[in-house]
Amino acid sequence: MLEIKNLRASVAGKEILRGVDLSVKKGDVHAIMGPNGSGKSTLAQVLAGHDIYKVTGGEVIYEGKGLLAMSPEDRAREGIFLAFQYPVEIPGVSNMYFLKAALNNIRKQQGLTDLDAMDFLALVREKMKLLGIDEALMNRAVNEGFSGGEKKRNEIFQMAVLEPKLAILDETDSGLDIDALRVVADGVNALRSPERAIVVVTHYQRLLNYIVPDFVHVLSAGRIVKSGGKELALELEKKGYGWLEEELQAV
Amino acid sequence: MPEIAEITESYFADFTRRERRAAWLEPLRERAMERFGELGFPTTRLEDWRFTNVAPLTRTPFKMPSPVADGVTERNLDAARIEEVAALLVFVDGVFEPGFSRLRTLPAGVRAASLRDAWDSPGKSLQGHMARHADTDRNAFVALNTAMFQDGALIEIANGVVLEKPVHVLFVRAPNARGTVTHPRVLVVTGRDAQVKVIESHVGSAGTAYFTNAVTELVAGENSSVEHLKLQEEGDEAFHIGMIHSHQERSSRFVSHSVSLGARLARHDIISVMAGEGAECTLNGLYQAGGNQHVDHHTRLDHAMPHCASREYYRGILDGKSSGVFNGAIIVRKDAQKTDAIQSNKNLLLSEEATINTKPELQILADDVRCTHGATVGQLNADALFYLRARGIGFEAARHLLTRAFANDVLSRVTHIPAREQLEAKLLARLSAGWKPEEVL
Repeated sequence: MLEIKNLRASVAGKEILRGVDLSVKKGDVHAIMGPNGSGKSTLAQVLAGHDIYKVTGGEVIYEGKGLLAMSPEDRAREGIFLAFQYPVEIPGVSNMYFLKAALNNIRKQQGLTDLDAMDFLALVREKMKLLGIDEALMNRAVNEGFSGGEKKRNEIFQMAVLEPKLAILDETDSGLDIDALRVVADGVNALRSPERAIVVVTHYQRLLNYIVPDFVHVLSAGRIVKSGGKELALELEKKGYGWLEEELQAV
Repeated sequence: MPEIAEITESYFADFTRRERRAAWLEPLRERAMERFGELGFPTTRLEDWRFTNVAPLTRTPFKMPSPVADGVTERNLDAARIEEVAALLVFVDGVFEPGFSRLRTLPAGVRAASLRDAWDSPGKSLQGHMARHADTDRNAFVALNTAMFQDGALIEIANGVVLEKPVHVLFVRAPNARGTVTHPRVLVVTGRDAQVKVIESHVGSAGTAYFTNAVTELVAGENSSVEHLKLQEEGDEAFHIGMIHSHQERSSRFVSHSVSLGARLARHDIISVMAGEGAECTLNGLYQAGGNQHVDHHTRLDHAMPHCASREYYRGILDGKSSGVFNGAIIVRKDAQKTDAIQSNKNLLLSEEATINTKPELQILADDVRCTHGATVGQLNADALFYLRARGIGFEAARHLLTRAFANDVLSRVTHIPAREQLEAKLLARLSAGWKPEEVL
């Protein structure tokens, strides 16, 4: 579904990604771990198409198409969803309006007609229940005045409504207490499907106790330096990233 | 090209020719015309007019319109009418048109009439307040209006009377208004504990240069509540100069919304005098301009008495090569202790060539006051744009969504829902000009 080949990207003239290779298949859950500044969030944002990052080399093939030439909206319409590390507050735009516009744009791409108000509401209610979200939230402005936990939960709620093919979760666990973490993880697990791939970017192993990955990769200094199964995450948790860097230097 | 003196002469000629209906008003008119002659049109050398050059306006000898205005039909008015109003007064090229107006039975204690009809039975409000508030001494345009106005609206609400639905005063210019000037005049007077909403709109046709010089006086009696919405939607070659002057008695509440969308050059002066203790005044404003439009708001909140509160929220959206001006004066007089004033002006520049001059102007002579002000000028938030796009909303649609959200902060304060919805639709239509809505929103 997703092939990342030797991807290089920089921001403000500074190279952050220095040749990332990653292959993600339908139904897979991948975790990308790594120390601060390793390029985890940059990778997530580049895949979503943020234009502050300049891609300087490599390619990304998504479902047989070149991803890097696509606009952010086209990527979303083709089924890519980024759960933001820092969801943006948008005063004056209600969650309801925002989500409906998003969903109908994606449906249009799929050749479907707009959902009518009743069907949309029914869908939204079902997903709100899943994430334990209060209905009053739908009439509030997008993320405005939300707590950190509410924002993250709202991201997963949006993901549940939009049902992407490829979901990228950028540090969705940071800043969450254990109750909120469970709710978010349950929401993500409910979306696991053989038709959907999930890439979890995280600094902490803790999340992976709840969202158990099929593959774990370690990103360091802009490259994936180690890949393994779920046991790699536990090893990292035990030994920290220092061990890995020493091992790399030894090689 | 005619000299400015000749232009002024043409106004004097019209002054001589005008109808004289209210003898009691004549001395005021004579004096106002004299004052107009002394002041002349303002130039950019005056601090208050530094950024607004009215030279193009003063180069044309605008005349009074011919008595028969052609081309305005009921259907033309559809886009300007507002649902669920208590009364509608329509003025075509400055003259009351009973045929287009809707003055159905109003509750006792409510008077909504054309000034022409009111001259014959003026009553206390008209004689006591007409031209007693708006400043003819210092403002040439107010002086000119006062000297020349032929018609307009009088709205009077007696003590204790609450009119829930708004009175709509609609000034429409005929398609053949080229080269003409009108001086619309509105007077709103509320008694003690009374309540009223007034919507004043100015609409005109595209492609014709005309001049509207409007003055509105609002007098809010003790503990009364007045909400005024002015919608300026003149044609794209028109000049609109408007003065809104409010005078508030003790514990009264005044809310003004100034929505300025049209005209080639629009200048709005809003002067609000809190003349009684505990008065509250809110000034909301939204201006949107594109192309070569110029829009200027000069507001002045005059805290003359203690314990008054003012709130001012102005927002502007400027595109193309348009230019905007916001000058917000807050005056706190010596005895106006416990004044509480908040002012905010936010501007969105959608193009690199659009400009805005924004300036607070605080004169505080009391010591126990709270006055805060803030102004911002910026582009659309890039993070918010990306967030919307990352959810599948296209670039142009995302820009529109954010721009409308920015404007809705002001429009959402309009309490008459049909008016608010109409404003939102009009704003959307203007923002969407040249944009093909192939995006799903």
